[in-house]
Amino acid sequence: MADPIVIVGAGQAGAALAAKLRALGYSGPLALVGEEPVLPYQRPPLSKKYVSRELEFDRLLVRPPAWYGEQKIDLHLGSPVAALNPADKTIALRNGTMLRYAKLALTAGARPRRLPAEIGGDLAGVFTIRSVADADAIAPLLEPGKRMLVIGGGYIGLEAASVARTKGMEVTIIEVAERILQRVAAPPTADYFRALHRNHGVTILESTALARLTGAGGRLAGAALKDGTHLPADLAIVGIGILPNDDLARAAGLAVDSGIVVDGQCRTSAPDIYAAGDCARFPWRGEPTRLESVQNAIDQAEHAAATMFGEQRVYDPVPWFWSDQYDIKLQIAGLNRGYTDCVVRPGKRAGSASVWYYRADTLIAVDAMNDALSYGIAKKVLEAGRSIPKTTAADAAADLKPFLTAN
Amino acid sequence: MPKVTWILHDGRSISAEVAAGHNLMEAAVANNVPDVIGECGGCLSCATCHVYVDAAWHEKTGGPGDMEGEMLEITTAERRPMSRLSCQIKASEELDGIVLHVPHV
Repeated sequence: MADPIVIVGAGQAGAALAAKLRALGYSGPLALVGEEPVLPYQRPPLSKKYVSRELEFDRLLVRPPAWYGEQKIDLHLGSPVAALNPADKTIALRNGTMLRYAKLALTAGARPRRLPAEIGGDLAGVFTIRSVADADAIAPLLEPGKRMLVIGGGYIGLEAASVARTKGMEVTIIEVAERILQRVAAPPTADYFRALHRNHGVTILESTALARLTGAGGRLAGAALKDGTHLPADLAIVGIGILPNDDLARAAGLAVDSGIVVDGQCRTSAPDIYAAGDCARFPWRGEPTRLESVQNAIDQAEHAAATMFGEQRVYDPVPWFWSDQYDIKLQIAGLNRGYTDCVVRPGKRAGSASVWYYRADTLIAVDAMNDALSYGIAKKVLEAGRSIPKTTAADAAADLKPFLTAN
Repeated sequence: MPKVTWILHDGRSISAEVAAGHNLMEAAVANNVPDVIGECGGCLSCATCHVYVDAAWHEKTGGPGDMEGEMLEITTAERRPMSRLSCQIKASEELDGIVLHVPHV
């Protein structure tokens, strides 16, 4: 294997890629470059048990600090990249360091979409949740009785609402679409979470457009809605999606299309440059696809490492995701993109249910709420490339376990 | 601190002291125990931290919880009576000396 190998992006994908290279036997120089000043950590808990101060930062670390030394991984943390030069195979860090590579992996992740400054997006008291720094800034502000606005009814916003409400804050979610989770889930799943949050005392305003966040002395005062209402607030969390970090690749002339374009083996348009995780757009089931998940960060990164080692297989995952809100665990297997129909399966325990997505008659995804059995069976069935008939899935009395084995 | 021993499929073993309250998946990852992956970070969504609790310790750990038992249906290695997801077992003085057998995945 030609060396050195450089990995740009020290999140879960970057750490997984480094670990896989070592596991495959690569013993040459290996550099891991990250913009944040901390070791790779798990982001999902940031909007859950980390921001609520139930977990300390050390417990989010993907690997213990000593591991990087043991594995001879050359860490460049707190080191934004200034430029990538594919012609001479170098990376220039903003701190002046120049790194040469024989192979390069881009695992640069994504950044939150922000509200424009013109409508108050940069007021003090307005936050996104993507980094540990974001969560550290938010955590001390989660005080009982304070008013939190959540802009955007997606999973990150719902998770933030759950934590804030549990801490006794007054929480209002503003969603411009006609319902929460519009982009990511079917109406039954949205209905389930709307009811869950309302039962916990959260106000959810759907089909409600924000005109601007208002401020006083540079600090958030509230939200002016397009219908003329003004909602006072102490804190706002903006959860309106993420943008892939593809600027470096674009500037270097790599093919970019809302994400760094890669083939099924994680190869970008430039020789010896690979990409994986949130920042990569790859062909999946016939469509260019970008997955924003831990599963994809880890699995695609490991696949990129294997490709560097001559693996010919195409990356073809069954995506999975999760979310925790109050005492509800949501587990998602598959991707519901392009679904034509869905059925609801009542769960065995109180408050549990699952939503089964079909494209025509083929199962493509399941959202399971406190129903790990449905999630688990669906995940296995999808991984095996099989399906479960709609009528069976919708029949709470039907045993799904037989579908775990081919028949 | 409670001591935990993982016995790997090839007979090798790894022992470590684990802070009480930490779960045994994160302890395994922190101590580079192969085949304990913990992809979901301990939230019962991946079943990649599957272990067999040594028979001598089974009574003290008890069996799996409700949702954990459901996730054990989809482990890569076969489910056995002593199967647990190690993210759901917390280190404690009571479990000092516990032995876990790690299936190869």
